[in-house]
Amino acid sequence: MAMTDKQQTFSHDDDSVVVVIGSGAGGGTLANELAQQGIDVVVLEAGALHTRSDFLADEWASFAQLAWLDTRTTSGSWRLARDFPNLPAWIVKAVGGTTVHWAGASLRFQPHEFAALSTYGEVDGANLLDWPLTYDDLAPYYDRAEKRMGVTRTNDNKGLPGNNNFKVMYAGAQKMGYSCNTGHMAINSENRDGRAACQQRGFCFQGCKTGAKWSTLYTELPEGIVTGHLELRPESHVARIEHDDGGRVNAVVYFDAEGREQRQKARLVAVAGNSIETPRLLLNSESSRFPDGLANGSGQVGRNYMRHMTGSVYATFDEPVHMYKGTTMAGIISDESHHDPARGFVGGYEMETLALGLPFMAAFLDPGAWGPRFAGAMDQYAHMAGMWLVGEDLPQQSNRVTLNPEVKDRFGLPVANVHYDDHLNDIAMRDHGYRQGAELYRSVGAKDIYEVPPYPSTHNLGTCRMSERPEDGVCDAYGRAHEIPNLFISDGSQFTTSAAENPTLTIVSLAIRQAEHIGHLMQQGEV
Amino acid sequence: MSSPTLSRRVFLKGSGGVLAGTLAFAGGPIALLAPSRSWAMPLDTLSTRQGEVLLEVAKQMFPHPGLEDAVYAHVVKSLDAKAEAGDVHTLLHDGIKALDDASGGDWLGQDEATRLARLSAMANTPFFQAIRGDAVVSLYDNDLAYAHFGYGGEEGDVGYINKGFNDLTWLPDPPKPDGGYLPTEPVG
Repeated sequence: MAMTDKQQTFSHDDDSVVVVIGSGAGGGTLANELAQQGIDVVVLEAGALHTRSDFLADEWASFAQLAWLDTRTTSGSWRLARDFPNLPAWIVKAVGGTTVHWAGASLRFQPHEFAALSTYGEVDGANLLDWPLTYDDLAPYYDRAEKRMGVTRTNDNKGLPGNNNFKVMYAGAQKMGYSCNTGHMAINSENRDGRAACQQRGFCFQGCKTGAKWSTLYTELPEGIVTGHLELRPESHVARIEHDDGGRVNAVVYFDAEGREQRQKARLVAVAGNSIETPRLLLNSESSRFPDGLANGSGQVGRNYMRHMTGSVYATFDEPVHMYKGTTMAGIISDESHHDPARGFVGGYEMETLALGLPFMAAFLDPGAWGPRFAGAMDQYAHMAGMWLVGEDLPQQSNRVTLNPEVKDRFGLPVANVHYDDHLNDIAMRDHGYRQGAELYRSVGAKDIYEVPPYPSTHNLGTCRMSERPEDGVCDAYGRAHEIPNLFISDGSQFTTSAAENPTLTIVSLAIRQAEHIGHLMQQGEV
Repeated sequence: MSSPTLSRRVFLKGSGGVLAGTLAFAGGPIALLAPSRSWAMPLDTLSTRQGEVLLEVAKQMFPHPGLEDAVYAHVVKSLDAKAEAGDVHTLLHDGIKALDDASGGDWLGQDEATRLARLSAMANTPFFQAIRGDAVVSLYDNDLAYAHFGYGGEEGDVGYINKGFNDLTWLPDPPKPDGGYLPTEPVG
């Protein structure tokens, strides 16, 4: 029996419903939070419904099943544009969004990261801005999110047990004077919330078959459906958002599973299509009243695209590691996440273990490589340990999502082009991370070190950013579009700056806060 | 070794050949898995010689000492399937011909160093990149490769919690609470 079989359904002409576009960390959480308040919600998810039993213990097959593969184009000097020109992002097209794929790391932003401009000062070429909310504003919602998601090392949830990859990181951390533990993870370390404890499968990226890892797919969405106030429509790809003569959004046009155009009327629209599709949708919704796209009076829709400073360090050892056994992200070091400009850059980064299977190691270790050096690295696969660096990249006006007029999708709409150039700050931070990671592994006997370039971006942020002043961004501190009172941004597009931490916990917390605010606005008759 | 040069007539017939070999490493992980030491891989689109050339190309692109030809044959199989598309078939045919032409008519007949030199010279061609792009997937995404390189693949489906996820002994066990707890382990 499918999750949607007995759900309450709403008429396309019911203009009292909230339409949420996207069912991931932002959309799925928002939809459930609204439904719990008795507000009727229709969730339009472009992807199909895959349940836990559909998930595959096979990297490439899973990728074909879950990944967002609709065409995108790329430009800019980033290496991805050369190595993966049509795959700027590795995110999910399925019910649950990227919460199906994510590794579970759930770290709060640090207080100063909400005030990046004030803390770092102006940086040439960067478009830094303070968030229009503070850590203290979000703290109560971080609390709720951590409880909801079952984050380890909060609320008496004990830490997950460390695998071999963690053991190597931990030993190196000791030598470096770093603190290291098995992380704040939204993965059950015990049976909890009606879901099993982690079985250390190591296929976190391929969907958690046991449900130990939090995902809206089997938490928020079914809970919302049970209230009778949430209808989930998978395989519903939104093409356009429409508005009335007063400039308020009033309907969403989408293509259903059979490719037929449908129109759902709406009282309020929340866009949570992840940070490439969300601005694309607003840009494709241009009209005579909004000639530059919906909510784009500031020109900032699509701009300030951030993907975090990322990179990986893999190291080989005389003894085997078998890092693929157990959780993909098994340990975290936060000692470099603070702001310390003496290192040569502003902002900081986290160091998080990361394991890839043999197939993905071949694909991502050194894209395009061949010959004895590459083959020699692969020969040592079973003796590899590895970590992923994730740090704050700087927003730049020219890093942006735009419509590509020359490439159309299967519905005839222009696809998104993602342009990105590293800022010098990003490069300096990455180099520092590579050096620290290499030193960590060498301190425990590493033979060879491999510096791996950024993967297709799993963290995509900032393209409809929050701002105090309308001219600096797209939405306010609640994700409400400056220009359109009943249009909300509900995903990582809201992020004013990227911070060092993985974004999901913050996206969920913002969604809980946004839902509460929408409830107040409705009670006050404002939306 | 001399091999017949390709004739256009053979190409147009679209004869499916066969790639065959014998496992070279008697005690290796693959020999232990295999029902016999002889193996054969039928080809639907490519000829036997084309298969043999592509096998050697794959081996030089991704040289792994001790990796059985039977694993490299997965690359040939993958290219054979792609070659059902006419443009891919032409690309492979023309690229193999270019290798042969640069080698006095028979690339396979040259010594290893010469073959590598001829192949490397084509590194920026669509022919080379098509093979490389396929091989980086097909060579490493099969059960024989998993056994050779030491990756569990689907064995991990049931979880490694009781199958050695933390069995490494050459480093000390991290202390608690940093090192975390098994599901049934109490917080001390």
